[in-house]
Amino acid sequence: MITAGCDIGSLTAKAVILKDGKILASEVVLALAQPEKSATEVMARALEKAAIKIEDIAYCVGTGYGRKHIPFMHADESEIACHARGAVWQVPTARTVVDIGGQDAKAIRVDEKGNVERYVYNDKCASGTGRFLEIIADSLDIKLEDMGALSEKATEKLTLSNQCVVFAETEIVSLVNEGKEIADIISALHQAVANRAASLARGILVEPDAVMTGGVAKNSGMFSALERALGVKLHHVENPQINGALGAALFAADKINGSGK
Amino acid sequence: MFAAGCDVGSLTSKAVVMKDGKIIESVIIKSKARPWESADEVMNLVLSKAGLTMKDIQSCVGTGYGRDKISFINEAVSEIACHGKGARWLVPSVRTVIDIGGQDCKALRLDDKGNMVKFITNDKCASGTGRFLEVMAKVMHLNLDELGEMSARSRQPITFASACTVWAQADVIQHLNDKVPIEDIAAGVNNAMASRMSTLANNIGLEKDVCMTGGVAKNSGVVNALEKHLGIRIKRIRREDPQLAGAIGAALFAAEKVSGGAK
Repeated sequence: MITAGCDIGSLTAKAVILKDGKILASEVVLALAQPEKSATEVMARALEKAAIKIEDIAYCVGTGYGRKHIPFMHADESEIACHARGAVWQVPTARTVVDIGGQDAKAIRVDEKGNVERYVYNDKCASGTGRFLEIIADSLDIKLEDMGALSEKATEKLTLSNQCVVFAETEIVSLVNEGKEIADIISALHQAVANRAASLARGILVEPDAVMTGGVAKNSGMFSALERALGVKLHHVENPQINGALGAALFAADKINGSGK
Repeated sequence: MFAAGCDVGSLTSKAVVMKDGKIIESVIIKSKARPWESADEVMNLVLSKAGLTMKDIQSCVGTGYGRDKISFINEAVSEIACHGKGARWLVPSVRTVIDIGGQDCKALRLDDKGNMVKFITNDKCASGTGRFLEVMAKVMHLNLDELGEMSARSRQPITFASACTVWAQADVIQHLNDKVPIEDIAAGVNNAMASRMSTLANNIGLEKDVCMTGGVAKNSGVVNALEKHLGIRIKRIRREDPQLAGAIGAALFAAEKVSGGAK
């Protein structure tokens, strides 16, 4: 039995194809202008990877901010529910999920079945989201995916005094002008983003085990900065960015199996 | 007796020379990278316009975020105190002052003698500060004055899902791409600004008369929108440029120093 999950985020679109409780294929693409196109594109690629056709998918669940526009899905599910479900599937002992996406951040407390107990969500302020990293990467002319490795070369501890992305951008320009090392600046940036996300997460009382999901979790500097900010050890998730799509695919499997497992 | 006030802000620096309670000369410049450079330049300009030299100034008070870096002042006084004092000189009946700076916004309440009763500031978030308008004007390729005038012609102002400058900027770009009339975007920007400012101002409780200081007070679109949000009339400052309020307050403090008492 094959099911699929499709997560249309603000920056990337993700698809996961699941067969009998195993990931058959997954794919991440940059989001296109229309969510419909992103969904079609990412699913086509995932199907190709799995060497199957869309007709082979018994059930597909959509999630993410663009979930209402996925043409081929059978049902949709909230991002919170999908992230909780995906995280507990990946790390069964997970009780807290901190997800940092391109334009939002969420912290979710889950039970052992992956049900959501409580959650907090920020999409009102860009600070503490992936957008903060993106804007600074852009203004420093470095690649988003290089930031983690760069920050590991930091030698001097710097602290950003501004939480606001707009003010921090100016502050970072001054730091560059003062001759500060880019590695040190990036490291300080990671800590600022992590501190903001951690203060959100503390709203639901972080309980171990904690996992970090979302594309930002692929950044090793952000991962360790969030550990420092939360004061707990974070568990590595093998596939942090496709976690939401994975959760959606698991919900799709439930539909077919007719149970809420 | 000449007294001077120098207000070094994040975006602009202001200097005022006063004599016997009257403004002799004033200057506003864009701030330089270093606050002391801004202070030196704006002070030299105001002195040369007034035909004076630093020796003629008996007392000078500095204010603004760069106040501790000004070399020539006799004393530094907080922005809150200077804005309160300056606003009261501009509008003697004022009880509530809303000041929008380049990177902050403040609201303060004064009693009938001009003493500070309560104040609140935001310098943590760019939303509701001059920076918000600056960012929006830049993506719209307008200058700040145009942004204010334009909103008067709007029929259907746009709205923003969130107050965050980063998200609002993305929304503005989207609206520009969708060919939404520029007046409607401008009006939406001014409304968003006013909405954020009114939240801050309502926190300290409004009392009449209300006035607005800082450069944004010259933006009629924001002032009109703020009046609607607050449901109260905002007394327009006509006596002088509202952007000078902090520097005027500083000069008044300087004059008091010399006369040795609160006049």
